[in-house]
Amino acid sequence: MNETAKINRPLHWFAIATAVATFLLLGAGGLVTSHEAGMSVPDWPNSYGYNMFLFPPSKWIGGIFYEHTHRLWASVVGLMTTILAVWLWFKDSRQWMKWLGVVAFLLVVAQGVLGGLRVTLHMDDLGIFHGVIAQAFFVLTCAIALFTGDFWQKISEQKKFNVPHGLRTLVLATTILIFLQLILGATMRHQHAGLSISDFPLAHGELWPDTSAAAIARYNAERVDVISENPITAFQVILQMVHRLVALAIFVCIAACAIQAWRQLGKRDALTKFALFWLALIVLQIGLGAWTVLSNKAADIATAHVLVGALSLVTGALWCMIAFGRSASPETQNETFGAFGTLAANK
Amino acid sequence: MKLSSIALLIATLAATPVLRAADIIGVITLKGTPPPEKEITPLEDDPTCGPLHKDKPMTQFYVVGKNGEFADVVVSLKGVGKSTGASQPPAVLDQKGCLYVPTILAVQTGQKIVVKNSDPCIHNVHSTPTVAGNDEHNDAQMPGGPDLTYTFPQPEMFLRFKCDVHPWMFAWVSVMDSPYFSVSDKDGKFVIKNVPPGKYTIEAAHRKAGAQTQQVEVTDKDVTVNFTFEAK
Repeated sequence: MNETAKINRPLHWFAIATAVATFLLLGAGGLVTSHEAGMSVPDWPNSYGYNMFLFPPSKWIGGIFYEHTHRLWASVVGLMTTILAVWLWFKDSRQWMKWLGVVAFLLVVAQGVLGGLRVTLHMDDLGIFHGVIAQAFFVLTCAIALFTGDFWQKISEQKKFNVPHGLRTLVLATTILIFLQLILGATMRHQHAGLSISDFPLAHGELWPDTSAAAIARYNAERVDVISENPITAFQVILQMVHRLVALAIFVCIAACAIQAWRQLGKRDALTKFALFWLALIVLQIGLGAWTVLSNKAADIATAHVLVGALSLVTGALWCMIAFGRSASPETQNETFGAFGTLAANK
Repeated sequence: MKLSSIALLIATLAATPVLRAADIIGVITLKGTPPPEKEITPLEDDPTCGPLHKDKPMTQFYVVGKNGEFADVVVSLKGVGKSTGASQPPAVLDQKGCLYVPTILAVQTGQKIVVKNSDPCIHNVHSTPTVAGNDEHNDAQMPGGPDLTYTFPQPEMFLRFKCDVHPWMFAWVSVMDSPYFSVSDKDGKFVIKNVPPGKYTIEAAHRKAGAQTQQVEVTDKDVTVNFTFEAK
């Protein structure tokens, strides 16, 4: 089977199901961190000494519920990814797709081990990597779902709808910026110190907050948090300010992408509609970010912020893949490593 | 000859003033209005922990009396003495009503901290030190399960204990490297006992309100040192 071969629909739908399951897993993981429950089950891979699949539901209380269901759902995603990788290996004749399945399998295993080590080694920093790799893994599962469908086959044949190089580069750069923003967000969430700035749009009542030692002591003296009670630092305040500024930069970039797509591809083009969806998503995301602050980091709002962040990343990434795929010759696609190969070939 | 020497020695000792250890006592006061405490709503909403409380559980960051008596301030002498923690009885930290009791505790380096679970539910006892040499621990503790024991070798102020099953549960343990410390009670009073004569720096530290120091000279009589904090 090559790019123009017949589509394996069961495989395609299973890939979609894996991507959806991964999205739900991101939500479950987000709830764990939002509820400060990451260490509520002190052992791994067991849960309070039980085999994790036999841990009695009567003991899933408080934070344990979030952490344990996250582990169980992660097992489901791990199993689905394994099946997907084996399926791709035996049923997809594209060599790069076989290896993409292998990469997904290795990544999901690494992700599981990383999550476990974060618990057993008591390392908060591993939680940052765990959160970021989760986002990258979600992009990968969505990409596999895209590449196994007939939409990908059609666009690879539509060379006449070439996407201008400048627009592709802008979207790619914006997607990378979103990924960096997600790293910032994961770093903030894994400080486990609640909100370092609790007002919006101002920050501690100013456009740029005072981060002197005296000011930080004052902020800490004034904070009364029910959970996440940990003194904040100047680093955490600056981190949130950078996150806010990068959010603004991302909004400007995505607005520029949507305007350029409208002008250069026309309003009927699927990529233009996709770019407009992206813009709507980022407006929603900024709203959720503000709501997260104003709600004093309510767990459901903060988790929704994580999920829409993941959707924003995936939207940008899929936009790039479609644009680069559409702009590549079929010969190039067959010779190289999928969308990423065609990306290099077009530069 | 021999008898007269002994008599002389006794007379000399009787005439020499003996400098005995004294206590440092004092009262901590908070001026101004601290931030209002919050209702611990997740605790109230918890089906196991909520029914354990008759009154609304509140945060206790600033425990202040009617006249500003300031509790939970850790008072200590700086740079004096050696830890005797290994020979001291254990300090007890209980989990009761899904709260740590007490919230503020002070111990010596090497002194045992015994953590109990008096609740009808699972807790995880999670200490999160920030000073090198003090290890992080995270242990499950079942209802009715055996006590857990911890020691910390390095001095550290306000070392956090938490429960991730019930994320509103915190205790702050100050680990001191000498026996000369105290925690102010609900009347704002503190006593540092048996301080040898000398000049010292005395520090009063509150987890939210910050720290203050004073110089104090201890002779053979009890000495009073008061501190006044201001709400920021």
